[in-house]
Amino acid sequence: MLTHLTPGIQQETPRTETLTRELSYVEALREATDQAMEADPSVILFGLDVDDPKAIQGTTRGLAEKYGPARVFGTPLSEDAMTGTAIGMALAGLRPIHVHIRMDFLMLAMNQLVNVAAKSRYMYGGKVALPLVIRSMIGKSWGQGAQHSQGLYSFFMHVPGLKVVAPTTPFDAKGCLLAAIHDDNPVMFVEHRILHFHKGPVPTESYTVQPGRSRITATGEDVTLVGISAMQPECLAARHYLAAIGIHAEVIDPIWLSPLDIEPIVESAEKTGRLVVVDNGWSNCGAGAEILAQVAERLMGIRDLRVRRMGFAPVTCPTTPVLEELFYPNARTIAGAARDLVEGQPTGWIPEENPALRGIAFKGPF
Amino acid sequence: MYASLYRALYRIRRLEEETARIYPTDRIKSPVHLSIGQEAVAVGVCATLQPQDVVFGTYRGHALYLAKGGSMKAMVAEMFGKVTGCARGKGGSMHLIAPEVGVMGTSAVVGTTIPNAVGYAYALRYRESDSLVVSFFGDGATEEGVFAESLNFAALKQLPILFVCENNQYAIHTHQARRQATTDICARVTAHGIPAERITNNDVLRLFERSQAITREIRAGHGPRFLEVMTYRWFEHVGPNKDFQLGYRSLEEAQPWIESDQVVRLANLVDRPVREQIEREVTEEVLDAFRFAEASPFPNATELDADVFKEEAACSLI
Repeated sequence: MLTHLTPGIQQETPRTETLTRELSYVEALREATDQAMEADPSVILFGLDVDDPKAIQGTTRGLAEKYGPARVFGTPLSEDAMTGTAIGMALAGLRPIHVHIRMDFLMLAMNQLVNVAAKSRYMYGGKVALPLVIRSMIGKSWGQGAQHSQGLYSFFMHVPGLKVVAPTTPFDAKGCLLAAIHDDNPVMFVEHRILHFHKGPVPTESYTVQPGRSRITATGEDVTLVGISAMQPECLAARHYLAAIGIHAEVIDPIWLSPLDIEPIVESAEKTGRLVVVDNGWSNCGAGAEILAQVAERLMGIRDLRVRRMGFAPVTCPTTPVLEELFYPNARTIAGAARDLVEGQPTGWIPEENPALRGIAFKGPF
Repeated sequence: MYASLYRALYRIRRLEEETARIYPTDRIKSPVHLSIGQEAVAVGVCATLQPQDVVFGTYRGHALYLAKGGSMKAMVAEMFGKVTGCARGKGGSMHLIAPEVGVMGTSAVVGTTIPNAVGYAYALRYRESDSLVVSFFGDGATEEGVFAESLNFAALKQLPILFVCENNQYAIHTHQARRQATTDICARVTAHGIPAERITNNDVLRLFERSQAITREIRAGHGPRFLEVMTYRWFEHVGPNKDFQLGYRSLEEAQPWIESDQVVRLANLVDRPVREQIEREVTEEVLDAFRFAEASPFPNATELDADVFKEEAACSLI
């Protein structure tokens, strides 16, 4: 039985009181996949290296042995054809999960994703359905560099017919993956390599975190922080820095980027009057730009707003640590930007680093 | 058999002639890529298929859609942009679909349906079905990277699929010899471990015979096969006219293909009364399809937002 859990509102982790078991994000993904495959023989899993000894960071570990090579298999290095193959399987009624160990590799599959997966249902007048999940991972740190670090989900948000989700906790990783597999439409399931290491409470049963539901992960009155993908934990850490100087930040995790649940963000921005959207991608034409535009359209003439987009520096991701550090927003720069909005002027303030709030750093080798 | 092949060929020819005839009236709201001259390819192969077999094709897809059993009325209505069209007026001539008879899609981007066909074949094998998939594409598609990738995977997994390259020698206006270092497509295919053969002269009877034998092998579990069928497009790449005045190809080049017209050839193999009856029935069917399309309504404005997503999930996870 698959239960539909409504994302908990106004709590840092959902249903914490009822959850005692902790899993990592990786383990949550593995469990979701296992439960879906066990429940439905039409679910199949493939991609480069899904059945190799490293098993996609462990997210597919043991599944090839349990379900056999017809249901779990590594593929040739043919992202274009294998995406098209996944679409053909879905047209035939299977529920394929296609895994990419880096989001950058999806650029090899854009024709199938944008021209076929997104469009088939509409351009065929509703005669076909494409229950398809595309998992991909964004890399960060330890010199991942130009082609292993890109958060390109805004490309897919741009195109009607694709759903896009970027869960940030183990709870949502499992619930969103089950929701994505359960969905009769193509879902771009965006993971972040750093989030893979996070641990948190995860129910043992099957459940879904449904498309189009965002979550308020912490409440506050002074400023709203929206953190996408790996920027969500950075926003939660920024909230602690801000609390130390008496600023109370509300933090929101959009979870599903398309369809986007804008209402809680609008309500929060109306309350605080200050909105920082922190993207795990470039700001230009990005997810953050879309969120700000929708909020502005809704609150124009209703509420004076101070807004700020944060995201990757507008350059290619460098590998050397000193430059890489400058490339990404982090809890301290987010806190500084939030304080500027609250005070209505540039303060130049960046909090002293608190080691307890430092994010998880990926240690190579990859 | 001659009679049924003739009916299938004549049906496509007659429909497309009518399409070309009325195209200048602007009632057809879709670019059309006519198959006239190439009908034999779809007909020769589809005549050997079972209803539950599946085909994928290209934007030049009228012949395939009709040969596999797609509704002519729904196709013409689709070209007119009417809600009774096979894609409710949202796909047009380049995106024909008829899942009820195994037409699973046609694409406006060259090479794009090849891996979709491979995936469908994977699903058939996974379900231990004895059906098969036929992937139709042109000579230009064999230059796309996805072609080689798809052949490799189909061969690797020994999938039940027949690849049919409909070689009319031109990608829009550019001859194959100006695009391919080696024009021996079959040689490139056999390098992937897939048996391949060429039908050199658009011969519908030869194609029928070979397709019958090859599909039998595929159904027996012998893995993918490849057929290259040499053929010729009589009309322009897109639109209702001849285009020999453009100078990229000559009428002399076309002449042997026109003289060996498979529609005429099959007509001469069918007894006259039978032939005349087929022609009467098909002509009535064609005119009826155009009348149906003309009389059908356009979609309501509410259709704009419909079918971006499938709303209700129907999987057995719950």
